Amino acid sequence: MRIAVIGAGVFGSLIARELSKYDVDVTLIEKNLDVGMGVTKANSAIVHAGYDDPPGTVRAKFCVLGNSMYEDLSKELDFEYKKIGSLVVAFDDREVKVLMKLLRQGEENKVEGLRILEREETLAMEPNLNPAVKMSLFAPSAGITEPWMVAIAAVENAMENGAKLILGEGVVGFEKRNGRIVKVVTTRNRYEVDLVINCAGLHADEIAKMAGAEHVDLYPRKGEYILLDKKLGGHVRHVVFPVPTETSKGILVLPTVDGGILLGPTAEDLPSVMKDRPLTTREGLSKVKENAKRLFPRLDLSYVVKTFSGLRPESPRRDFYIGRSKLVGNFINVMATRSPGLTAAPAVAKYVVEEIIQGEIGVSLTRRKDFNPFRKGIVHYASLSLERWQEEIRRDPRAGKIVCFCNEVTEKEVIEAIKRGARTLDGVKFRTRAMFGRCQGNFCMPRIMKILERELGTDMSSLTLKSENSWIVDGKVRE
Amino acid sequence: MSALKRLVCVQCPLGCKISVELSDTNRILSIVGNRCPRGEEYARDELENPKRVLTTSVRVLNGEYPLVSVKTNKPVPKSLIPELMKTIRNLKVEAPIECGSVLVEDVLGTGADLVATRTVRRAKG
Amino acid sequence: MKVDVVVIGGGAAGMAAALKVSEQGARVVLVERDERVGGILNQCIHNGFGLHYFREELTGPEYAERFKKALEEKDIEVLTNTFVKALDVREKKLVVVSEDGIRILETKALVYAAGARERAFGSLMVPGDRPSGIFTAGVAQRFMNVENRLPGKRALILGSGDIGLIMARRLTLEGVEVVGVVERLPYPGGLLRNVIQCLEDFGIPLFLSSTVVEVRGRERLEEVVVAKVDENFQPIPGTEKVFEVDTLILSVGLIPQIELLEDLVEVNPTSKGIATSNLGQTSIEWIFAAGNCTAIYDLVDYVTYEGEMAGKYAALYAKGERFGPKVAVKAGENVMVVQPNWYDPSEELTLYVRTRKVIEKGRLVVGSFEKTFEELVPSEMLRVKIPRRHLNGLSEIVVEVKEE
Repeated sequence: MRIAVIGAGVFGSLIARELSKYDVDVTLIEKNLDVGMGVTKANSAIVHAGYDDPPGTVRAKFCVLGNSMYEDLSKELDFEYKKIGSLVVAFDDREVKVLMKLLRQGEENKVEGLRILEREETLAMEPNLNPAVKMSLFAPSAGITEPWMVAIAAVENAMENGAKLILGEGVVGFEKRNGRIVKVVTTRNRYEVDLVINCAGLHADEIAKMAGAEHVDLYPRKGEYILLDKKLGGHVRHVVFPVPTETSKGILVLPTVDGGILLGPTAEDLPSVMKDRPLTTREGLSKVKENAKRLFPRLDLSYVVKTFSGLRPESPRRDFYIGRSKLVGNFINVMATRSPGLTAAPAVAKYVVEEIIQGEIGVSLTRRKDFNPFRKGIVHYASLSLERWQEEIRRDPRAGKIVCFCNEVTEKEVIEAIKRGARTLDGVKFRTRAMFGRCQGNFCMPRIMKILERELGTDMSSLTLKSENSWIVDGKVRE
Repeated sequence: MSALKRLVCVQCPLGCKISVELSDTNRILSIVGNRCPRGEEYARDELENPKRVLTTSVRVLNGEYPLVSVKTNKPVPKSLIPELMKTIRNLKVEAPIECGSVLVEDVLGTGADLVATRTVRRAKG
Repeated sequence: MKVDVVVIGGGAAGMAAALKVSEQGARVVLVERDERVGGILNQCIHNGFGLHYFREELTGPEYAERFKKALEEKDIEVLTNTFVKALDVREKKLVVVSEDGIRILETKALVYAAGARERAFGSLMVPGDRPSGIFTAGVAQRFMNVENRLPGKRALILGSGDIGLIMARRLTLEGVEVVGVVERLPYPGGLLRNVIQCLEDFGIPLFLSSTVVEVRGRERLEEVVVAKVDENFQPIPGTEKVFEVDTLILSVGLIPQIELLEDLVEVNPTSKGIATSNLGQTSIEWIFAAGNCTAIYDLVDYVTYEGEMAGKYAALYAKGERFGPKVAVKAGENVMVVQPNWYDPSEELTLYVRTRKVIEKGRLVVGSFEKTFEELVPSEMLRVKIPRRHLNGLSEIVVEVKEE
């Protein structure tokens, strides 16, 4: 059984990993130069509790289920996940009514531990919150993670268990015989397949069209974000939401797993031609600041590290679109995976493999006896005890050479990231957090390029930031 | 009739503001505002034949670094800088190089030497 | 390892401090996180250094080399590629990490000379794409002068500080077309000398009262949009101009690096650097600091002087001498930055002052000291020695510049 998964975001990655538990031939095809660099890279990084999705929707079902899987998944795949809980805060009676609605909705969705907190208790849990708060909805099961690490870790584990990863190849068509897909055609190759799973994020509708399968039209919903320095760490303790609006969960404030603070997102629907243009705007960023200030009036916004924007794949149905195609029997769509996509992804992966492939389609898959569910993350030596770090340096001196001073990343970590597939500066950055600190790589970027140059046996001028044409340096001063 | 020309001396970071009084035949009548003799020299040069110290790099072969930084050891005519850069671009020197060593004497007949401004040892191995 | 003084940072301030400590006969170790000492001087291949300190004009590498030689001659222990992981204030111990392993340094005094970092693009909140091709001037300078690499083909420079101006010339000389330098202030940020020899010499336009309002390019930078700004630095709609460039170089300011000490010692409210007395002593008496981690200086010569001062007094402290009491130095009218934060009568007070605005004729008033200066600009720092007699009996020293 040859299965192609198109798109290595959280969905494609977790599905590939789920498939690698079975005796099948899995090929994960990604058009970018690294995994998790599309929709997965830029979102709020929240593992949602599951109270804001209307009961009965696909997203409500998978959100609560996915949430319950994160703890174990983070242990197996060794990525950071912190179950810090979330608060939806209400400032007036109208907003309090919304809280009550969310509570009922959450209970119906079987979200555990939901509780309404009075003003005092809310402020005791979140001391820097705007004291004008009236009440809040506390969801202890909400958490935070690093979305790209979920994808990276899942792919590493899938590959460890035999899956193949193809990077830098976009799918441009399919070869079909008797209404079934027999080959996936990419910009460089053709892959013979028995089954195709479409997890192409914002472009999943185009892929479905190419396959002649059903689809919903996708358009990007843009969210702009502001990331604040670790210096402010501790100012915000939970994922703090305003009450949601019709279109979004609102502009929220939350800690990041490495101690910074994230503000955002805006929610702006864009035409589909903007699928690859996550632009930040003056208006958007001002809006983020204003709204964050409403929640946390004392937040010092002079500590901006960076601003960015992400695109969520939205459809007019406002729900996930997941299922086997009726028109093309060996084609499965995992589409319109808007928020809470990150949360839902592990549950969707299980559903696709167990209920669609094995159930609905009736493929009988044999479990591999030698499946290893564990993946070890790259060791951050500076976080070890001094004794253990000392031992590691004795074993390999490069574990004692700090290259990124802000986040204390060693040369050994950078080399390990490259060994695990980092080919671009972003590849190193998202795997190690080098260049992710307050200086944004102004000290370490040239150093890291030299390591990449050496380890990949290439020339600095062929290195890029993220994609084929995002070159960094151009030629020499002196030949 | 005379005209006043105002200059900012670039010889050093003090940046003296110099006033040069010119006759109607563009002859220098007086120079004021400079805090050292280099300022007067600068003012004269700037009106007659502007000069600059050129700093750039030269390719090093077999060095611990690919480049050695260099300077002209005195100001050279501004108009010759493009020509000088051409010469420097084609120059290659072999490591080791001592800081202060002359790489090209009297470069392009300017009277200035091209001098290394850092030490570059030979690459190991 | 047990020493009298540890110096953190091997740039201009740290090298000067280490030499002074050793001159005082105390045992010193210099810790540098980079592969060599010299700091940013190593990549500043232009000239203009050393006129005060050496009374001759040197390039950055030459200036650094003189101190490197002196460190070698004095046989001062230098730990390169070594990172200070932690500081134990009570025990006076430092944990340092290198390829040789983790070491504990026990000391009697510390000189912190960590320098500055460049304000990064991310913090500017510039709207648009996030392409490659956006560099701080320091990174571009390192690529060109150390790594032998060109950052692009056509560049725009944001910020007319000295580093930005010098990079404009450097890029132009090496065949990169510089289409302009953009400055949000109505006057250039760097020395006039550099405006002349770096921009005017090459016909590079300077766009004053302007800023970058958008960057475009899906992968590599393709376009930069520049607009005029009003007096509050807000872009004026309708004044946008699009530049087709593949490179944007930022010279938008330096930030004192205070990370290791920031939660331990007092910070100078005017410079955002580590607060020190004129001896370089911080609010923790065994810790001294000097150079750009205390305030951003205009000239490396000044950094050297202050490094020497901190080194001298750290050594004396290690030998058991105690100093003080200190008198607070505060910024008054028209003063944006004043360094040091305290005056200790053990040494004469050398003040570094940056005004808040352009002042055609201003009178500096410090205690009973007065001196008139012409054409004061925020980008050019005043360095003034205040004789002791003008400060006698003051419980607080207010530094002001009166407009005349």
